[in-house]
Amino acid sequence: MEIKKAAMAGTLESSDAQVTVEPGTEGIELSIESSVINQYGKQIRNVILETLDRLEVTSGKVKVVDKGALDCTLKARVECAVYRSNDVTENLPWGGVIR
Amino acid sequence: MIHPNKKRLRRSMMFLNCQKPGLIKDPYIYGPDSIMLDLEDAVAENQKDAARYSLYHALQEIDYRGVERVVRINGLDTPHWREDVRVCVAGGADTIRIAKTESAQDVHTVEEAVLAAEREFGRPEGSTLLMAALESCRGVLNALEVCESSERLIGIALSGGDYTKDLQTSITGTGVELMGARQHMIMAARAAGVQCWDTVFTNLDDMEGFRKETEMIKLMGFDGKSLVNPRQISVVHEVFTPTEKDIIFAEKVVREIDDKKAKGIGVFTVDGKMIDIAFYDGAKRTIALAKASGVYEGDL
Repeated sequence: MEIKKAAMAGTLESSDAQVTVEPGTEGIELSIESSVINQYGKQIRNVILETLDRLEVTSGKVKVVDKGALDCTLKARVECAVYRSNDVTENLPWGGVIR
Repeated sequence: MIHPNKKRLRRSMMFLNCQKPGLIKDPYIYGPDSIMLDLEDAVAENQKDAARYSLYHALQEIDYRGVERVVRINGLDTPHWREDVRVCVAGGADTIRIAKTESAQDVHTVEEAVLAAEREFGRPEGSTLLMAALESCRGVLNALEVCESSERLIGIALSGGDYTKDLQTSITGTGVELMGARQHMIMAARAAGVQCWDTVFTNLDDMEGFRKETEMIKLMGFDGKSLVNPRQISVVHEVFTPTEKDIIFAEKVVREIDDKKAKGIGVFTVDGKMIDIAFYDGAKRTIALAKASGVYEGDL
């Protein structure tokens, strides 16, 4: 899936994460801000990259501001931002690439 | 075949906003019988999509430890409800709460979409239960046909805010404005053999008023109440759990009726009260509720 335009999902509330995606040309450019970056930075990065990989996103700028989100929330926010960048809100592949 | 969870204990059904990850990550710690993950009114119009992704992953990945997972979907008059049904079924929700139900046809419409989703996502057909929120005068007046509309339907819930708006009045705290709807709905539910839940009580500073309302709706016959805050759960459970005195009396009634029936005696006294066969089902229900609430240690 291509990131067609800038899109955002999530909030800066506790237990949430705000994910912003923008089109890009040089692979995935990922930046992460988190208060628990030292403890969970690697895990957060892995969850985001795995989610993008499942969605077949190969290039784009992805910014994540994490506020202590669980893995399931990180996935949800990344998926939402990517589908919003494609203006897709219906007939989503639940259980397919969204899992 | 009747779904094994159709009649499960549902004293406390707590709303949680799917838009808020902090709310849906661990509500089981408060011990409600059911949580109602909300895709409808609590979710802003431009966040309906975001709430669905959160819902899907929460259903798939969070262990709610036996708490029933109900999802309130958007009304049939919105563009959202079909995708709501898809994500509920794909995620494995136990029950779907249909908002603004007005007729049996509304339930049939959702049921068709649920069946299609169960086939699409490989879920057992019939595994997703339904409940209907009645939020208008028409909905309340059609309570019986709604209650009898589907084998999947576990019961009906009053939504007092929208209902009183339709009635052209408001929630007063006295309950007078909800009296007719409550009586009508509980009678319809009992006639159809399904459950019935009362509306939310939103004044969190008035816990005494909340307790009184809960005691009243229990006396009216309701199975439980929709809740908006974890603080309300213990009050509802206290009110709906039979006391030791209730249980002891119910046990005596059941044993005495069984015994006297064998001896050909129809009416007799237990603890000074006149008892006959009409008390049997009520006593059995008290014991069943005590068992379901985890407070029964007897052998009936």
